[in-house]
Amino acid sequence: MTVKHILNEQLLMGYAAGILPEAFDLVVATHLSLSDESRAMLCSFESLGGCVLNRCEEARMASDALDKTLDKIKCSNPKTSAKGTCCGCLPEPLRRYVGGGIEAVKWSALGADAKQAVLPVGQDATARLLYIPAGQTLPHHGLRSQELTLVLKGAFNDGLFRYARGDIKIVNEKAEHQPIADLGEVCICLTATDTPQG
Amino acid sequence: MLDYATKPENPGAFPRESRYSRQDKSANSRSESKKLKAAETSETNWSKLILRVRDTRDEQAFALLFRHFAPRIKGFLMKAGAQDASADEYTQEVMATVWHKAHLFDPARASAATWIFTIARNKRIDALRRSGRPEPEELPWGPEPQPEAADALALQQDTERLAEALESLPDKQREIVKRAFYGDLTHSELAIETGLPLGTIKSRIRLALERLRHAMS
Repeated sequence: MTVKHILNEQLLMGYAAGILPEAFDLVVATHLSLSDESRAMLCSFESLGGCVLNRCEEARMASDALDKTLDKIKCSNPKTSAKGTCCGCLPEPLRRYVGGGIEAVKWSALGADAKQAVLPVGQDATARLLYIPAGQTLPHHGLRSQELTLVLKGAFNDGLFRYARGDIKIVNEKAEHQPIADLGEVCICLTATDTPQG
Repeated sequence: MLDYATKPENPGAFPRESRYSRQDKSANSRSESKKLKAAETSETNWSKLILRVRDTRDEQAFALLFRHFAPRIKGFLMKAGAQDASADEYTQEVMATVWHKAHLFDPARASAATWIFTIARNKRIDALRRSGRPEPEELPWGPEPQPEAADALALQQDTERLAEALESLPDKQREIVKRAFYGDLTHSELAIETGLPLGTIKSRIRLALERLRHAMS
């Protein structure tokens, strides 16, 4: 799979540093599961985090901290997560929020056969799954400063580019064009907007 | 600033002799610890210590990693606003995760410091959100389980160059990068061109990923 539209450096740096709202983390993690290019770029930003950690001022640990840690290791029985790689439409990070595959999504009607499902993330931003019938316009969510739209199934066209599975469209401030789903197939997207839920 | 909840201390813990000194003193273990002393002085060998933890559950290797990284992790968490006692507790949890997840460490994709940074960062986020952070799918190793040693070495060298480049940034820019990684910067405050040589690391990692995907298919 070749993903053409990938994340920008600001979002990758934000994800690497761990300062994005949860909704954005979810979209980024899902995209990373589909794009090696973005994953490689993330690794280089994380290397920067490694440099910062290595040069961080040291804080003295309690004298028994190593022993306590070894106790923790011996007493704990970590879950060995049986994480599968991408199966079906929803990559693993998204399956956790949906509670299963695409069949587990609790859709609500958006009108004209379009559907949405708001996902449970922190209050500071909103994550939604969108189900857009072939040929229909993607809804927009009014004023916001940033919106990410990741294609999971099908494709849409915003008048400038076509976005297919794994591609991510980043809109800052006002949207220029309303994206339209391809005629041949239903389009399913994951979006994050940095407006609170409501 | 983060508001970390302080967890109760482990009620069963009491002072006693360190496990490190209770290791058996066979000739083999002495030569091992001499080797580890040498490793301690070299940045590039932290990875090897993690691999020892992974392969042989080597507590001496873990103790050396702990001595180097734990005070830095604690300092890192305190920069994010954690108080001394909870930062100590969280650091112990981070180091326990290093032990438990050692099988996921891949020296061709990350240096030891980078990998440990990601665990500490996730601990910081989980403490804040009280839920797991969304992480991309793991890439398991295919039929060829070992990365090329040369790849790992080249990555280490790139990472060292990156560290030097970070230090040579103008003060103001370096502070912004550091504050971002300490979690002391909001998403919207982050609009920087780092100007750092991330491209070399990126292309190396991309090659490693392509090789991996190829091996898996």
